[in-house]
Amino acid sequence: MSILVDGKTRVLVQGITGHQGTNHTRGMKAFGSNVVAGVTPGKGGTQVEGVPVFDTVREAVQETHPTATCIFVPAPYTRDAFYEAVDAGLPLAVIITEHVPFHDMLKMLYYGKLHGTRIIGPNCPGLATPGGAKVGIIPNVVFKPGRVGVVSRSGTLTYEMVAGLTAAGFGQSTCVGLGGDPVNGTTFIDTLKLFHEDPATDMVVMVGEIGGVAEEEAAEYIGSSFGKPVVSYIAGRSAPPGKRMGHAGAIIDRGRGTAESKVKALEKAGAKVAKFPYDVPRLVESSLKELR
Amino acid sequence: MVLLREYRGKEILRKFGVPVPPGKVVRSGEEAAKALAAGEVPVPCVVKAQVLAGGRGKAGFVKLVNTAPEAVQAVEGMVGKEFKGETVREVLLTTKADIARELYLSITLDRSSRKPLLMASAQGGMEIEALPAEKLLKLPIHPLTGLVAYEKRAVSKAFDLPPAAAKDLDRIMDSLWAIFEKEDAELVEINPLALVGDRLLALDAKVILEDDAMFRHTDFQQEHGELSPLEQKAHDKGIAFVEIGGDIGVLANGAGLTMATLDVLYQEGGRPGIFLDLGGTDDPKKVVEAFLMMTEAKPKVVFINIFGGVTRCDTVATGLVEALKQAKPDFPLVARIRGNNEKEGVQILRAAGIGSYTDLAEAARNVVALEQGKSIAPPPAAGVVAGGAP
Repeated sequence: MSILVDGKTRVLVQGITGHQGTNHTRGMKAFGSNVVAGVTPGKGGTQVEGVPVFDTVREAVQETHPTATCIFVPAPYTRDAFYEAVDAGLPLAVIITEHVPFHDMLKMLYYGKLHGTRIIGPNCPGLATPGGAKVGIIPNVVFKPGRVGVVSRSGTLTYEMVAGLTAAGFGQSTCVGLGGDPVNGTTFIDTLKLFHEDPATDMVVMVGEIGGVAEEEAAEYIGSSFGKPVVSYIAGRSAPPGKRMGHAGAIIDRGRGTAESKVKALEKAGAKVAKFPYDVPRLVESSLKELR
Repeated sequence: MVLLREYRGKEILRKFGVPVPPGKVVRSGEEAAKALAAGEVPVPCVVKAQVLAGGRGKAGFVKLVNTAPEAVQAVEGMVGKEFKGETVREVLLTTKADIARELYLSITLDRSSRKPLLMASAQGGMEIEALPAEKLLKLPIHPLTGLVAYEKRAVSKAFDLPPAAAKDLDRIMDSLWAIFEKEDAELVEINPLALVGDRLLALDAKVILEDDAMFRHTDFQQEHGELSPLEQKAHDKGIAFVEIGGDIGVLANGAGLTMATLDVLYQEGGRPGIFLDLGGTDDPKKVVEAFLMMTEAKPKVVFINIFGGVTRCDTVATGLVEALKQAKPDFPLVARIRGNNEKEGVQILRAAGIGSYTDLAEAARNVVALEQGKSIAPPPAAGVVAGGAP
């Protein structure tokens, strides 16, 4: 078991003929993902990494029956690519693309909700279930199958965290990168609820950062009804207010979204909050000990 | 964030049908004298410095004047002056209004509900943060329906305006939503929205447009009021670069990792000063460009922290060695490189005389020691302080 993706997931790659699309199709296949089709308008009939390419999502769906799409389409065209995936009936869209306007994202989010399509991202590394499937760009080497769920707003920092867990012997059930934008298709709470239901996940590592109140909202859920141990790390303790720290969503705006507020809320909810990123494996170890 | 000055915000309001008082932008006392003599703005009038930061009224950058010479004098008193780090270059002369009431109206993104949020208050004119919560009406707008009539009625009821002004309000709210959506705004704010006689008039405008949507708004020249000159330069090159005041430069890949690296240095007693996110790249040229940007910021010591995922360690190392050749930095350098093609990356750095740590804590402590003028082992090699061999 796992959440969102597993060995049965059939992956479609939108924007497969682009540099990133091609590279990461190779990466996903090497991970063991079943990449069944790609879409690039005008490139139908060709192949990329042995994967058939179609002109439209509808054709790809009819011929190959994907259950998730991974979108690498450039930002100005991401919205249309997503609508095409929704209209073709895909239930899961992982949007890797950075710089999608939030105005587009708002419409995509609710259009997806209306038709039952979940978004992971945008501006995210995607997600992976070790031993099952990867939809996205998280490097394959960091993973090991196991029972710790990981959910994060960042990319590289997540890779570090997961690599740290793997090195310390703690494998992962599923690792989800939510993305660094102000509006995420799937939130911390959404993901925690899925981990709550997943019998293969014993505990969760949650990596947050400054900006917004998603961590505070997640803390409320953790404190009231999550029921599994949470170890957290919050990036941005040294970030000054009003500065956008690389991610569009990482900004302390009018006093809201500070690391302090998030750490406080999570500690109050009973989560163990790591002061340093490299403290996470030790806290995971003690959480699992307490569980036994 | 693309911040617009008041007069440009008002141009957008006007374009979308919001009533705005007539005005004229001038850049000198001479231009002001000409405009006043030509009757483009009648006196008495209001003289307003066009700056991006708030709070200019209290600082004397908004003046009510009764005669043309007074207006010219006020303009001359503002042009060239600094306000919160920004030099005043433009001044708006605008007609004086007899204000009966001041209202507040804005639309912005609410990250928590993941919807646009219309905010309205019958007590405008002051900073919105100063308003007690019960005086502020907050209405989420569904992105698929847009602003709907019943929500506008709620605002209208709260404002309790005379009939002509109520009609204005209805139209203004539609305009505000149209601006928010069609111009890709992060914020569109009218404060104050003034009741003058029995009509409404937008006396100020704050419009922030979304950076990421600028591909469909080529008519806007990008202005980022909150960026320092170096940050602006980096932004134009597409490099994520933020100055935060300290003197350690951090070059890492990924916003989260870069932030976490700054945090570790800070928690180890250092003063991190530059955030530079290399992003995911497989082009050594991009590494060179980023490093040269870092050199311009004149850090005391630089910490390179790379986790190779999408980025390959050997690519970064190759770029780094090339960058050092070009930049010839006079500051010491500490590297930590891990992940994809780690061995190759470490070897490339070692061949160029740069050692690399694997342990983040150890690397960070050495960076802080260097910042504080202490020496670290092993000794400098080829003009660059090397990290310890892993």
